[in-house]
This record gives sequence, structure tokens and C-alpha cells, in this order.
Amino acid sequence: MDYPEISFEDRMSTVDFQVSRRAHIEVDSEICNSCTTRECVHACPANLFVPTTDGGILFNYEQCFECGTCYLLCNKQGAISWTYPDGGDGVTFRKG
Amino acid sequence: MSEHAGPAATTAQATEKATTFDVVVVGAGPAGSAAALELARRGHHVALVERGAFPGAKNVYGGVIYGRILDELIPNWWEEAPIERWVTRRQTMLMTPTQSLTVDFRTENWGKPPYNGATAHRAKFDAWLASKAEEAGAELITSTVVTGLLTENGRIVGVRTDRPDGDLRARIVIACDGVNSFLAKQAGMYPDGQVHHTTLGVKETLALPRETIEERFGVSGTDGVDIELVGGTRGIAGGGFLYTNLDSVSVGVVLSLTELGKAKVRPEELIADLKRHPAIAPLVKGGELIEYAAHLIPEGGYNTMPKLTGDGILVTGDAAAMCLAAGIWLEGVNFAIGSGMYAGRAAAEALSKNTTDLSGYERMLHESFVLADHRKLKGAPELLLGDRVQNKYPAMICDLVENLFQVTNPAPKPGLRKLFRRGAKQHGIRLRDLAKDAITGFRAYG
Repeated sequence: MDYPEISFEDRMSTVDFQVSRRAHIEVDSEICNSCTTRECVHACPANLFVPTTDGGILFNYEQCFECGTCYLLCNKQGAISWTYPDGGDGVTFRKG
Repeated sequence: MSEHAGPAATTAQATEKATTFDVVVVGAGPAGSAAALELARRGHHVALVERGAFPGAKNVYGGVIYGRILDELIPNWWEEAPIERWVTRRQTMLMTPTQSLTVDFRTENWGKPPYNGATAHRAKFDAWLASKAEEAGAELITSTVVTGLLTENGRIVGVRTDRPDGDLRARIVIACDGVNSFLAKQAGMYPDGQVHHTTLGVKETLALPRETIEERFGVSGTDGVDIELVGGTRGIAGGGFLYTNLDSVSVGVVLSLTELGKAKVRPEELIADLKRHPAIAPLVKGGELIEYAAHLIPEGGYNTMPKLTGDGILVTGDAAAMCLAAGIWLEGVNFAIGSGMYAGRAAAEALSKNTTDLSGYERMLHESFVLADHRKLKGAPELLLGDRVQNKYPAMICDLVENLFQVTNPAPKPGLRKLFRRGAKQHGIRLRDLAKDAITGFRAYG
């Protein structure tokens, strides 16, 4: 049976985000330059890590599930500075 | 001191302007609300701090709330808890890309009081449980992140929050801050190697009309179905689930973090695999995605738990790695409620005796299902997440059943022993490993 898969953008639009002005997660693309495994790129369920042509990583914190996958998998000391968004900001699961 | 909660946060000294409570409970999930409820009922001044806009806002799970432990907290809770459906049909499905073998159990007993398990939306359920704590007198503080522990002379004396002048002093802090527990980490209670026994759960909630769900899943009224899936995750250790809500179904996968990291496949592709599987497709067909969600699960069990008691701090629920991922039993919310309740009880005991001794917490955990079950099943996670149980056995068993049911005329029937030997060989399973796993299984489950 064929399953019409929706675009990732539409997938993420099913989730509520109160986007914080502060980036709660910061990625140091310089450090990512020397990373060969880049497990964050496909493991992040929100698909927030995008490889750039110059070998770095472009990261956008806005639609983050705050799950912790990236910092647990990252093996490059200091590449990811991870915090929770400020109170009330970030993801809100209406179902969960 | 970093001003935000994260892996690198440290402890701090309390400021002059701190507000004082008997106990600060961090996280208004099921563990936190149970702890706060227990304390408030005993007349203690308790703060229940939640970083989400409402309790449950940050929480996701994969299926079923087993309510028996709630009997102790809220008599006849089933008359008011916001549940979706009562699970009266429970299936375990072994699958390969083209086959499935299902054990299907149903009972009417689980569809009437006192019930067994329920499906629910955590956003509603957690908010309800927190409201019970509030009604009992706990002070719920939402949209507030606890950014660190306050210490004095090595003893924990409260928490710092992200609000201006937001220090909260307390004689006891109960960490119910979930799978990433930065509080347990800050307190130096968390063991290394978390990534090795953590899984990522990814879930889609798909809207379907109530009647369609009842027809497809063979249930009526508010009866529901929980299906646990083994072997459908492209060789990545983990599993899958599909369960019914009132007018939606939830389908998802649970994946070993380290194996997902190496696998170069995206989590939502694995959900798509499941939705295309011949055994699952007819059940989810036409469902409209109403929420995509993801959350980490602490699946390592007893051997991977942090220290549960420190000087002025107790650790509960997911923060204490209390999810039970033992194959036939997949439980989390009940362990959170139980550990939270006992933490609240132990804290209340210490407060009333005016002592700093919190050892009652672990005693209660060991005497109850919380640590008794985890201790008994401590060998299960390793066995279940191993390659044989994850990949080889489901395929071997599905093939075995296919060959058993397949009529081979004119050739004579091969006989079970021969089929078994052939299957084991085909799937590269040494009988000695099979025997070893059987013994491990009997030990873990016996």
C-alpha cells in the first residue's frame, strides 16, 4: 500500500513552538569541521543539523524537541552547547 | 554558574532574596506531581516547578499508563482521569519486512473497574495529575526552568530558577526533571555512559474517526488496543508500537541512540517503514498526522540508575532511569508515579522527624514494585537489545512458522525438529547461544 509521505516542513508544522529569542542550543561549526561521523545530522528527530558545503554544520534551534539526542551522540568536546529554552519557551506537545 | 539548565551547569550559593519552601519538586510530570501531592496532603509547603507552559507540555511516551499505583494516591481515579481508551487487547508482533507473527490477547476484565492500563495524551494526563497536587495545596510554578542546585557546605539547600530573584530555598529537593536530569548530573549522582542505554522514541499521532478505529481494531466504546512490535527497525536495536486513542492512533519506533547514530537512516523513515508494513498499513491507512513528537527514554534498567539519594536530594522517575523496558513489560509512567509518591513520603517523614536522613526513600523503593521489578529484571535490557533478540530470532521464528504452515506436497512434511535446526542454521544462530539466551531469559524473567 502506498503511503503519501508528507514533507518534513509539514510534519514539523503539527507541533507547537514558542520560539525563544535566545538560542538554547549553539553549535560551533568550526569544531564540526573536523568531525567525521556527524551522527547528529540524521539522528536529530527534528532534522535541525544541516551540513554546509564548506564542511561545517548549519544549526537552527527554532523547532527543537529538546530531546537531548544531539548532545548525547556528539563526540566532539565543545561542539554543542546545550541548555533548555527559558521557561515557557520551546516545544509544546499538545498530545504527547 | 551558567544561568541556563544544561549539561555544563554547576551548583551555586543562595541569594538573599530566596523564597523558602519545605520541599522543591522539580518537574511536574507524573513523578513530580505524585511527590508534590503526597507532601501537600501531609501539610508541607511544597513548590512544584515546571519548565513547560503547563504540566505535560514537554512530555511524550509510547503507550500505556498502568494505573494500579494510582489507587493509593487517588481512589477511583478512573472516574476522573483524562484517559483515551482502556487497553483490553494487547498484542506482541514479531516482524520482518514481509512477515509478521502476532500474539493477540484480549480480556474483558481490563475494560471495567479497576482496569489495568489506559492510553492517554500526556498533555492532558500530566496536567490532571498536577492539578490534584495543586488542589491538595502544592504551589505549581509553570514556565520556570530550574537552572541549578543551591548548596551550602556541601548540602543541597534549594534551586536556582531562570526568573529574576528566582532562588527557591528548601530543606529537600526532589529531582523529577526527566531523562536528561541535569540536576542529578550536577549533584554528581549520574553515572557515565548514558548514551549507551538511552533510546530515542519517535511517534506520529494519526487522526482517524472513532468508528474506523473500532472496526479496524475490533473494539467498541472506550476499549482500546496496544501493539508492541519487535524486529521492524531495519536492524537497529529497539522496537515499535501502535496503540489506539479515542479518535486517533499513535504509531512510533524506539531506537538505540548509538545504533541510530551509526545507521545513517532518519527516525521518521523508520516510522514510514512501519506504516507501509503489510500488517500495519491497513490499521493506519488514511490517518492524518496531527502530531509528530520525539523524546528520549532511559532503558538501561537497574544497573544504569544514578544514585537515588544525596544530601538534601532525591531522584525519581525518568531522572532515575526507572523506565522498565523488559519486552513483555514496557512501563514508565507507573514507575514515575510510584517513585515520586515514595520520594514525597520519605521527604515528609524526614521533615516531620526533623532529620536530614532520607534513607526511607530507597527502603520504600526496594520494598515495592519500583526497585523490586527493576532488580529482578536487571538482565532484561541487555538481552532484549542484543542482535539475536532484535533481528535473528524474529526472522527465524517467522520463517519457522511459515514453513510449518506451508503445505509442501508432494514432499513429506519435514517435522518440527528438522525445521528448527534448519532455521537456526539459516539465520546463523548457534544452538549454544540460543541455550545461553534461554538461560539468561529464565534468570531475568523467572
